[in-house]
Amino acid sequence: MAFIGQGLDRVDGRLKVTGGAQYAAEFRVPDLVHAVLVQSTIGAGAITGFSLAAAQSMPGVLTIITPENALKLHAESNLPQAIRAPLLQDMDVHYNGQHVAVVVAEALEQADAAAARVRVQYRRDEPITSMDAVLDQAYLPKSFRNGERPADSRRGDPDGAFTAAQVKLDAVYVTPIEHHNPMEPHATIARWDGNQLTVWTATQGISGTQQSLAALFGIDPKDVRVICPYVGGGFGCKGNTWPPATLAAMAAKLVGRPVKLAVTRAQMFTSNGYRPRTVQSLRFAADQQGHLVSMRHDGISQMSQPVLGEFAEPVGLATEMLYACPNVAVTHRLVATNAPLPTYMRAPGEASGNFALESAIDELAVALKQNPLDFRMRNYAEQDPHENKPFASKALRECYRQGAEAFGWSRRPSEPRAMRDGNVLIGWGMATSTYPTHRMAANAYVRVNADGTALVQVGTQDLGTGTYTVMSQIAADELGLPVQRIHLELGDSRFPHAPVSGGSMTVASVGPAIKTACQAVRAKLSNDGDTNVALPELLARRNMPSVEASSEAKSGEEQKRYSMHAFGAQFAEVRVDADLGEIRVSRYVGAFDGGRIINTKTARSQLIGGIVFGIGMALLEETHVDGETGRVVNANVSEYLMPVNADIPDIQAILVPNDELVSNSLGAKGIGELPMVGVAAAVANAVYHATGVRVRKLPIRIEDLLV
Amino acid sequence: MQAFHLSQPNSLDAALAAARSHGAKFIAGGTDLMQLLKDNIEVPTELVDLERVGLSSIQADASELRLGAMARMSDAAVHPDVRAGWPAIVQALEASASPQVRNMGTIGGNLLQRTRCGYFRDTGFACNKREPGSGCPAIAGENRLMAILGGSDHCIATHPSDLAVALTALDAMVTLHGINGERRVPIADFYRLPADTPHIETILQPGEMITAVTVRASGAARNSHYLKLRDRASFEFALVSVAVGLDQRDGVIEHALLAAGGVGTRPWRLPQVEAALRGKALEDAVFGDASSIAAGGASPAQQNGFKRILLQRAVFRALQMASA
Ligand SMILES: Cc1cc2nc3c(=O)[nH]c(=O)nc-3n(C[C@H](O)[C@H](O)[C@H](O)COP(=O)(O)OP(=O)(O)OC[C@H]3O[C@@H](n4cnc5c(N)ncnc54)[C@H](O)[C@@H]3O)c2cc1C
Ligand code: SF4
Repeated sequence: MAFIGQGLDRVDGRLKVTGGAQYAAEFRVPDLVHAVLVQSTIGAGAITGFSLAAAQSMPGVLTIITPENALKLHAESNLPQAIRAPLLQDMDVHYNGQHVAVVVAEALEQADAAAARVRVQYRRDEPITSMDAVLDQAYLPKSFRNGERPADSRRGDPDGAFTAAQVKLDAVYVTPIEHHNPMEPHATIARWDGNQLTVWTATQGISGTQQSLAALFGIDPKDVRVICPYVGGGFGCKGNTWPPATLAAMAAKLVGRPVKLAVTRAQMFTSNGYRPRTVQSLRFAADQQGHLVSMRHDGISQMSQPVLGEFAEPVGLATEMLYACPNVAVTHRLVATNAPLPTYMRAPGEASGNFALESAIDELAVALKQNPLDFRMRNYAEQDPHENKPFASKALRECYRQGAEAFGWSRRPSEPRAMRDGNVLIGWGMATSTYPTHRMAANAYVRVNADGTALVQVGTQDLGTGTYTVMSQIAADELGLPVQRIHLELGDSRFPHAPVSGGSMTVASVGPAIKTACQAVRAKLSNDGDTNVALPELLARRNMPSVEASSEAKSGEEQKRYSMHAFGAQFAEVRVDADLGEIRVSRYVGAFDGGRIINTKTARSQLIGGIVFGIGMALLEETHVDGETGRVVNANVSEYLMPVNADIPDIQAILVPNDELVSNSLGAKGIGELPMVGVAAAVANAVYHATGVRVRKLPIRIEDLLV
Repeated sequence: MQAFHLSQPNSLDAALAAARSHGAKFIAGGTDLMQLLKDNIEVPTELVDLERVGLSSIQADASELRLGAMARMSDAAVHPDVRAGWPAIVQALEASASPQVRNMGTIGGNLLQRTRCGYFRDTGFACNKREPGSGCPAIAGENRLMAILGGSDHCIATHPSDLAVALTALDAMVTLHGINGERRVPIADFYRLPADTPHIETILQPGEMITAVTVRASGAARNSHYLKLRDRASFEFALVSVAVGLDQRDGVIEHALLAAGGVGTRPWRLPQVEAALRGKALEDAVFGDASSIAAGGASPAQQNGFKRILLQRAVFRALQMASA
């Protein structure tokens, strides 16, 4: 093992900083025309008519697609990645900002100018704009986690134990709507050659996009080619095939020319999902010694109108397994509103749910007068208490230890408001992080050439996280070649099938596929005696120009025998102006068990990036929706606040070693989502420690602290 | 964005002449106007670029500072004379936007930037400022960022500029040029309250432009400060801000100049606070009494009542900073 574990620079770093890396919207396709979306300005009702004459007569306009002349799609398909509405198939309006028309023109500026002239007449219904008003209408998800498990779970007698317990907490935590806002907005170029469709599109899943578009247009998946060599961030909002990609393909079909459709920043707030608002009721109890005796976590998350699909934020899953507690109940409910369909956003469920869970744990520790870390250690789960299985590995104790030591946690005064620097109150808080280790079947193709180079092709995609780099390292080690000689190609649906890049599972899924394909290549050349001979040398001996192999890798028995999770410990210091309420994070330490680390440099970027994301969740990010119309009021990155450099202290991210190889053949647990889980709670707990004020909703604002 | 004609005059007279055409608008750094054009909030047919007109000088002497309308925000902020004589202006500029925006944004453009009200900046909403008579959804809507002072039943949007708050505290004069020649007005008279015409924000006449801003030198200006409070540490408009200038002799306040941002529909002078400070001792008890009346007359909306308290505390803190 030479390259795995090294902190290599990104193999695509130079291309990115020089502009050489081509993103979806940047491909030059001859004869290209441009499409611009027109969106509804009402929150519920139906379109009764369009006034298109003014727009149609503007220079360069080729066509305006509305439900009246849209292509009829095969919308009955049941693929999980396909978003089937709104695709201009009917006149209904389910939310404000819904796509109602597409203007296609020769130039982008022409399409944009004409789009502003499209007038739509509506029949208006009263939209449900806030979930809080309809919480009493919460309903059970139809297909929680795609039907993999029930929405509710229970062990022991949580309600009885709660009633009997001495130390109790009964509290409601609220998290807001958040939008992913990756740097690269959604963009698609679509071109038809007869019945064959090629799309260059920004996606976290080229394979799912291929399947979805084929199903929607009623053609064979083999006739759809999806190309996406680079993605400018996804965070979950590029996991599905959202309407803009489908509408680009529809427009291209209708005008008979290649069409580019790039969503504007404002349209990103209604085009590709969001992290739904959640209202979570927690009832936790402990005995006097500090053992958890009851945990009840009832989560409700905001939904669109059910006709658009379904997404339930799985807030309670970590509550089931994180602590050794005999009596636990978890429920998940939805409330329908006139909002777009929500979706996965970095650590879906875990991030929102953990804010409630780890705030509640902190509150109980306060009630018990115990140090929050000691309290967590007292309830440490040695095995998965929900599934009753051993963990494949769990280095959480070591995360706590290393994180606490680096942070100086032992010097924490137990009382709030105990640390002060002039006008500023200082507080320390912590939280536990956990995220499941997912894996799906993946395939890879490997060819080794006699000149000592190798080509690796996989139908995965690099979201900007470093997939090109780590996969090259894995191939290099397995083939015994220098990493510079590995040529990695991904982002094309012609390559062997790989799953969506979501759930932090790309390394754990695709890595083993490359590894097995490399092994298959070697097996083709090696006789018993020459396992130590270099592959190019073996090729030369056999006078072969190259050797190739394809292989699939997927999980096996280990999935049944073990519970697989990554873990971490988050420590935050905040400074709060005692009179003015301004909150800044001043110090941060996170220690993580992400399994084996393939590349310490790209891993560290993921970890600090996740922590920054979490600080945004704690203090800044929130989508504001107008209560009257259901329209987003801050659909831009000036008023939708995300951290800037000045908000971020020096972050210490510790990689806790873990050499376990049970979870998969690489021992990778996934680190994309793990580091943001727990940050909001750690910050909220630190704010409490600084000020004595417990804030149970995000983001925490100045006005929450003006006491 | 809609198509427009761009003219690039190279003299003041030529610019004024070009601006006479109906639907004309000046463009300086373009950092605000371009956004408004892209979002179809403003739809001029003629853009008059001020880049070649000059007007970018920054001059200071013992009695006065003169900032040309086309001086870049970043150039004004680093100018040694401005830093020495009018620190509140420097601090207000440095707390504005980002270095990139300040490198393009100009003094004149900054004073005339439009409100950040999210309803105003999206044509999918009604808004009296953008479309007179269409209504003001902010009053019953998302109003955390809105004004608590100077609002009307027609509009409660804040004026966004930090610089304008510092200039208001320091009694700046705005020099205007129109086809009828030059006039100078105190900045306090330059901005209008929304009343029932929120779309008319200043006293500028059609085709008239800002050519310069002048500020007197004074002890209070030399000892001036700008305090800006916000959710994000940088690159955000003020939730509440306070500009203060204090002139004191032997521990007694001779002059106090104060204005607030983020709270008013225009940069908000605080004369009652100034009066409560004049002739008093430079001490916390005095600051406490004076700051307690800072939000007098405020009428908050549902989500921004906290600005009243925050304003009082910000005034108190700014006074402490200026007396330190
Ligand atoms: C992301 C972002 C964050 C920002 N944050 C802040 C902040 O925190 N604080 C703050 O104060 N500002 C902030 N700004 C606003 C910024 O300071 C202004 O955009 C800038 O000052 C405008 O100057 P400009 O020269 O680019 O004006 P332009 O955009 O060119 O023009 C603005 C307006 O002024 C008119 N105009 C310009 N010059 C003249 C003149 N001489 N005479 C008559 N009319 C004229 C134009 O017609 C136009 O209506 C921010 C801007 C952005 C984009
Ligand atoms: S506050 Fe003013 S700018 Fe905002 S919506 Fe109301 S009228 Fe328009």
